[in-house]
Amino acid sequence: MFRFLHAFKGVKYYLFVSFILWTSILVPKFALAQTDSLKANNLKEIKITQKRSSLQNLSPTPLQILNGTALKKLNSLSVADAIRYFSGVQLKDYGGIGGLKTINVRSMGTNHTAVFYDGVQLGNAQNGQVDLGKFSLDNIEEISLYSGQKSELLMPAKAFASASSLYLKSIVPTFEANQNRNFRIALKTGSFGLIDPSVTYNQRLNHKLSVSLNAELINANGKYKYRYTNSVYDTTVVRHNADIFAKRIEGGLYGTTADSSIWQLKLYNYNSERGVPGAIVANRFEFPQRQWDDNFFVQSSYQNNFNKKLQFLVNAKYAYDFTRYLDPERVSLSGALDNRYAHQELYLSFASQYHLTKYWDLSLSTDYTFQKLDANLENFAYPERQTGLIAFATKLSWQRFSIQGNILTTLVADRVKNNSPAGDKAEYTPTLMASWQPFAKDNLRLRAFYKSIFRMPTFNDLYYTFIGNSKLNPEYTTQYDFGFTYSKSFERKRLTNISIQADAYYSAVRDKIIAIPTLTLFRWTMVNLGKVEVKGLETNIQSNWVIDQVQVIAKANYTYERALDVTPRSEVFGQQIPYIPINSGSITFGVDYKNFGFNYSYIYTGERYSQKANIPVNYVEPWYTHDLALRYSFTVAKINYSIATEMNNVFNQYYDVVLNYPMPGRNFRITLITKFN
Amino acid sequence: MKKSLSIKLITAVCLSTILWSCRKDKGVTPEEQIQLPGQGITAVNGLYVLNEGNWGSNKSSIDYYDYATGVYRRNIYGQANPGATLGLGDVGNDIKIYGSKLYVIVNGSGKLEILDVKTAKKLSQVDISNCRYVTFHKNKAYVTAYDGYVAVIDTASYKIDAKITVGRQPEEMAVVGEKLYVANSGGYSSSNYERTLSVIDLATNKEAKRIDVAINLHRLKADQYGDLYVTSRGNYGDIKSNLYVIDTKTEAVKKKFDIEASNLVIDKDFAYIISTAWSNTTMSTVVSYSKINVKDESIAAGGFITDGTQKEIVMPYGIAVDPISSDIYITDAKDYVTPGTLYLFDKTGKKKFSVATGDIPAHLVFYTK
Repeated sequence: MFRFLHAFKGVKYYLFVSFILWTSILVPKFALAQTDSLKANNLKEIKITQKRSSLQNLSPTPLQILNGTALKKLNSLSVADAIRYFSGVQLKDYGGIGGLKTINVRSMGTNHTAVFYDGVQLGNAQNGQVDLGKFSLDNIEEISLYSGQKSELLMPAKAFASASSLYLKSIVPTFEANQNRNFRIALKTGSFGLIDPSVTYNQRLNHKLSVSLNAELINANGKYKYRYTNSVYDTTVVRHNADIFAKRIEGGLYGTTADSSIWQLKLYNYNSERGVPGAIVANRFEFPQRQWDDNFFVQSSYQNNFNKKLQFLVNAKYAYDFTRYLDPERVSLSGALDNRYAHQELYLSFASQYHLTKYWDLSLSTDYTFQKLDANLENFAYPERQTGLIAFATKLSWQRFSIQGNILTTLVADRVKNNSPAGDKAEYTPTLMASWQPFAKDNLRLRAFYKSIFRMPTFNDLYYTFIGNSKLNPEYTTQYDFGFTYSKSFERKRLTNISIQADAYYSAVRDKIIAIPTLTLFRWTMVNLGKVEVKGLETNIQSNWVIDQVQVIAKANYTYERALDVTPRSEVFGQQIPYIPINSGSITFGVDYKNFGFNYSYIYTGERYSQKANIPVNYVEPWYTHDLALRYSFTVAKINYSIATEMNNVFNQYYDVVLNYPMPGRNFRITLITKFN
Repeated sequence: MKKSLSIKLITAVCLSTILWSCRKDKGVTPEEQIQLPGQGITAVNGLYVLNEGNWGSNKSSIDYYDYATGVYRRNIYGQANPGATLGLGDVGNDIKIYGSKLYVIVNGSGKLEILDVKTAKKLSQVDISNCRYVTFHKNKAYVTAYDGYVAVIDTASYKIDAKITVGRQPEEMAVVGEKLYVANSGGYSSSNYERTLSVIDLATNKEAKRIDVAINLHRLKADQYGDLYVTSRGNYGDIKSNLYVIDTKTEAVKKKFDIEASNLVIDKDFAYIISTAWSNTTMSTVVSYSKINVKDESIAAGGFITDGTQKEIVMPYGIAVDPISSDIYITDAKDYVTPGTLYLFDKTGKKKFSVATGDIPAHLVFYTK
């Protein structure tokens, strides 16, 4: 049972040796400073930093951004790894490369965070969750998280329709002067038997049109050691059935028209097969369940800029998501359990913004979504959902003060072939937000927002055979947030920039629908938690330093959160809800010197309870990981190379984010990237 | 130089606080003790309570109520067996005593645990994947497994002697004379449930015949008159659960009660039945308690809780009757993810006490002298 795989050990030592090799042997050899490109890079980075900090400073809703180089510096393979550095966020991580990873912002629950890919929401009416582990950082330029919503007016109605929004922006091709194409080839390898090659090809077809192609393969055996101990027993086992083989292809066409309108057409396909490793329980360390995914979408957007008074934004999307789940242990008369789900979505959005006066803007956005789920289950409901969203928003803004508000109308109608559908819904929900700079000289801004919104019960909540309940109500959230942002830049000082944002918030979730994983990740038990009150504090501090040729970025995040079950008459009234730590935070520390980059990051998640009752048997230990990365880049014969080595979880801490789903201990990764024209 | 010094300071402070902060060692979770009224010195030493714990949570646990001292010891397995990796395991599904040993079926962990009945210390383990229930006859333990067989285990050597093929997803068993009766559910094929009891000849360890009863059979208890009480779970839809009596002499259905039944226990001349059903009209669980005289198979009026305290019980799940006092124990599984409650009622149906248990208290067994 407790196998120590020699092969596995071998890989680990190989990686460790490689890490030393890369850092000590190769690095000095290539230490030929490319000062020109370095300068350019530094300038670019400072620009990005300034842009980000001014966006964050002005936003009336808390905004956290990771972009460009900051994103590359973090020891992250997928979007899920990167968002661990945000405050107010809990990542539900089932461990390993293929494990389900979902985001929970301010303890309101996964389903309250909308995830947007290039401006269009990744919709999933089946379970309302987006597995962020499926989104590789290979082709991501920027990740931004808005608590509440984005404060823009010209955006799809869906952007008004959730309690918080995570925006993923893919890399838009850029070309140097006199260059019409470029290539990027990357290879990542390391622990878990990871082999992850990717290739990007960008071509400028003419001055108004460019094309981008990006493809990636992720192959890993997913094996890693984990350890459980109570100080008497001490068991180390290798995680099995955590392998993954995934293919991702993205293509984009990026155009501008004669009237300087911009448009985009995007194709995306992600296809994978993986093991579903299962909950580790006494006497059970191996599982045979498998899962296949095929996610395809085509989306297009068009933004019209020809008129200064009136702007349009049009979005359209078709998505097809297929999932197959095979459980060889559950054999019925028709063979092993083999569930197949096909989710389709058609989405159309039309948004317009009108500049009434210099200070006053109005906008109207209307979205239509059609979603449909097929499955090979007996007595399946075959649900179809039509959703209409109408958002009316207005904004008054002056140099030092802005206020904006919107009303969102949501119309939902479900149809089912079997059993009874959920009743039609019509909901009207408001948002109000403001930002104020009290002193003209100081870059201090106070901000506040109020937002009321809900999430619809998913198809699984409503129609899943035996578990579903078509009489479920939407789950409502009400949020209040009050905070400040402050930033200051210094000329000719070592400390070049410091920015701080801090927010206190209160959220209430009522009619909360909670899903707790049962035998496998794929099957859930519906639990109605009823009512939750969340009181929290979030702070982010960032400082940039330049000391001679050394640039230093130091960041810290801290979140304090009480998320209490306040369901009337509940036996756990006033207790912290499952999996929400009271204290959590992260620290990152980056140093750049010439062509070298070093990054250290630390993530802390405090003690939690795995179930509703805050009692000793449900106690889950805190966990904290230290990650290190070293990068070196150089250019030889017009080809730019960069090598990054990472050591994650340096002190080899064994921990569970989700009880009985062990996380990897110390692990390594090497990334090689070449760019050329 | 000031600034670089401050960087160093910040870094040093950050690193040292982080690196030296330590997790408190979880260690062995000790049992908890709650003082309850004692039950005096009788032929019963106490009551073992097996808590299932939710699927995948690995939170199955054992409690023990000591009759003489009145001490309720919650979560005793960990302290008694600190060396057992990850504890008792996932979803305890049955607990029985045979001789001086306590047998515990742990379904999600795929094992039959054999413990010393006095100390709850582990003696041995038999791996049986997806095992469900255990029963005994002449120094053999019989264990149903969802793969469609009954494992025959020698209680001295703990070896599996034989596997007897029965129906799909077999559940509870009962021994009458030299025959073992097995309730087949076929629960994995909802369009084609099993609807039979398997009859096993214990002399040959072979399935002799099947008795047609109803779909999706689950509970199976023998009375002292040679009858079997068997429940059908129905299809969770239009076909409700039901209770049947089988005469082992004719090996045929003798009576259908047309009452819903989710669990039952038989003590001397009475069967105590609890029923939890889902009502789509009220969107709530409908709970009922009924009592049947097994001598003449008549339903006694008024159930068996008489003081109105049944309103406290959200989800009655396990039931047992003290063989000496005929006091009735009922467990409340509540929402399946919070600690449950064990209730004790006297034989007239008045509540004596209640106490918090582990998650999903479900299976009860009396430790007798």
